[in-house]
Amino acid sequence: MTTQGTLDAASRALLKRAAPGRAAFEDLVVVPVFAVIVALVLGALTMLATDVDLPTIGRSYVALLVGAVGSLNAISETLTAAIPLVLAGLGLALGFRAGLFNIGAEGQLLMGGIAAVIVGFSLPGLPFALLMPLCLLAGALVGALYASIAGWLRAATGAHEVISTIMLNLISYRLLDYILRLPTVQLSGRADPISKPVPLNAALPRLLDWIDPNLRLHAGVFLMLAAVAVVYWLLFRTKLGFEFRASGENPDAARYAGIRAGWVIVLAMAIAGALAGLAGASQVLGVLGRATPGFSAGIGFDAIAVALLGRSHPVGVLLAGLLFGALEAGGRQMQVDAGVSIDLIGIIQALIIVFIAAPLLVRAIFPWGFRRHGSEENRP
Amino acid sequence: MTANPMTAVARVKTGHERRARYTGGVLVLLALFVVVVFGPGAYGDATFRLSRPGDAVVLGDLVVPAAPFIYVAASLLAFLGARQFLRGGVRWTSLSLGLGLALVVLAFLVWATAGNAFSLTGMLQATMVRAVPIALGGLAGVMCERAGVVNIAIEGMLLAGAFTGALVGSVIGGWGGLLSAVVIGGLFGFILAALVVTYRMDQIIAGVVINLFVLGLTSYVSSQVFSQYRGLNNAPVFRSWKVPLLGDIPVIGPMLFNQNLFVYGALALVALATYYLFHTRSGLRARAVGEHPRAADTLGINVYRIRYLHVTMGGMVAGFGGAWFTLGSVGRFDEDMTGGRGFIGLAAMIFGRWHPVGALGAALVFGFADSLQQKLALLGTGVPSEFLAMSPYIATIIVVAGLVGRARPPAADGKAYVKE
Repeated sequence: MTTQGTLDAASRALLKRAAPGRAAFEDLVVVPVFAVIVALVLGALTMLATDVDLPTIGRSYVALLVGAVGSLNAISETLTAAIPLVLAGLGLALGFRAGLFNIGAEGQLLMGGIAAVIVGFSLPGLPFALLMPLCLLAGALVGALYASIAGWLRAATGAHEVISTIMLNLISYRLLDYILRLPTVQLSGRADPISKPVPLNAALPRLLDWIDPNLRLHAGVFLMLAAVAVVYWLLFRTKLGFEFRASGENPDAARYAGIRAGWVIVLAMAIAGALAGLAGASQVLGVLGRATPGFSAGIGFDAIAVALLGRSHPVGVLLAGLLFGALEAGGRQMQVDAGVSIDLIGIIQALIIVFIAAPLLVRAIFPWGFRRHGSEENRP
Repeated sequence: MTANPMTAVARVKTGHERRARYTGGVLVLLALFVVVVFGPGAYGDATFRLSRPGDAVVLGDLVVPAAPFIYVAASLLAFLGARQFLRGGVRWTSLSLGLGLALVVLAFLVWATAGNAFSLTGMLQATMVRAVPIALGGLAGVMCERAGVVNIAIEGMLLAGAFTGALVGSVIGGWGGLLSAVVIGGLFGFILAALVVTYRMDQIIAGVVINLFVLGLTSYVSSQVFSQYRGLNNAPVFRSWKVPLLGDIPVIGPMLFNQNLFVYGALALVALATYYLFHTRSGLRARAVGEHPRAADTLGINVYRIRYLHVTMGGMVAGFGGAWFTLGSVGRFDEDMTGGRGFIGLAAMIFGRWHPVGALGAALVFGFADSLQQKLALLGTGVPSEFLAMSPYIATIIVVAGLVGRARPPAADGKAYVKE
């Protein structure tokens, strides 16, 4: 019986390699659904363990749902939260495909964001049609440059990108603090580190403020969708994308095939950094309006989770980003309505990724779910 | 492949030579930097106090004339750099780089102290204290990676240890808190082992997830529970205990022998781990599993059990290190209070070439930079404090980039092993 089971698993794995499209689709449906359910149940158990009574737990999950999709405002908040997550997540996904584990989205996002703010308030005379794209471009460019430091170090000296991007993150916090205190950047009359505001003709316009001025959804949502399409095209329809994927799947084979490994590393890091920088720029230009210390609020780290959850596929990243955006928006509602700390969302997110990244674990918890699933798969 | 072994050797040599050249160039640039930046501002003498009032043995102050010292340091740097650049000595590369960086730090210290006085003893003591969590994090990494499991989750394990230490310490006292911190660290080590060994999850992803999970859980409990019941977050602190006689040795006495439990514990664990890994049979087995699990398996070593065991032990070490944050210093837990020390520990492990003593040495370098930054804020050097705060991270990048060619991780590090 057990031998049969392992054999099945092995042949399934083989099948997955032979027909990645179908297997990926099934992984994308069954495993995430289970992962979300288990994570929510474990989240409820966590609340129980910290002395939250059952009605409150029920209320908090209702608030989570209502806050995520229950009203126009909720949907607007969900989308707003998803924009930077998806943008940065796309960059990280691209890196994963190329075999690079870039933890530095947080720093790239901060650097891109502050660059966009500086360009914005330095050139207030320019018209909107010129200034706004210029700000986004500055964000992307600075993010790309900051990320390519790690890429270059990896390519030239072999320094592992996990360590160097972590260090670049820590450096970026201090650098941001320093930049925010520069007299040319700091808001005049303030002692705390805070930048001058982004002028109106540099900001990403709000899309729904004609219905209700509180709706924060901004034009970055188009940027997000465009980025999904562009990254999809880049990864699966261009020679460069093929080189990225080949280097990630099998670096040795890629090298023998004449793909320049160093070039791929630097370029993949730069594009990832550009997307993270864009995420930072859209956050300051569309939501915050200025830069403060730690304005990234952990988006760069959540984006790692988004990229993993989306299985490093652009469409998957979009869906994962929307889910995380919904959890973020719903979590705020939950904190207000039920008085349960929003940090619970962090636990739920981490649990979701555990179950996504270890399908064997989900299979162990839900054997029945997968046996049925497996028999469907075996049907001709 | 028709690759000629001779060309392969030649290529390796050129790689080393290029690295040597590169190091030489960096050293010459550093010499220029020292002259241009530190040279003009150095007037008067820098006074380093070697003992504090009330010490048993009192030493005089060390007085260094600032300008001559800086020019001597710069010429030494230039000499090292030029030698490295022209001769390209492979064996000397890391040594020159280490020596060069030490010289830059010394020159900086003298420049910053010029016309002022500065307690060397106090700073060395602070260095040791700040090195403790980094050294223990690095040691945890050594235990795991020698057995072939990459542990990015050190940060989370430190945080879990700190949290448990504060919570349990507040309820049943310091020793109980310490013990449960070690147990919880070991538990997360066991979870990591289960995820990567049994469920064959990607090791880096598993580590990142544990970090996220611990951060979420501890932040959640501290904002949900600690904010209401403050008594649960008020643990006793282990005070420092001076070793008789040894604690009176000038300069290094207070650094090594007048500290709290965590410093002694870290030193003992480093010694123990070195003996265990390199001089016992099970240590050899662990390293065999990290280098070539298939061969180890063929010889009858249970690869899975060894990995479970060592990752759990690594987690326990990290849990002990985590308790330092609460039971060893402030007695209360704050959200994300480890502040990336686990990652710096990981860098210390690489810098220390996957050896416990090396990791301790690297941790001391980071601890030194950390305490230097604190002390220099008092001296008022005009260097923005943000840049001082950045310096250990920049040093880490330089070190990882400069040394990695020679530091080789265990061969099976980060790879899941599937038994046939």
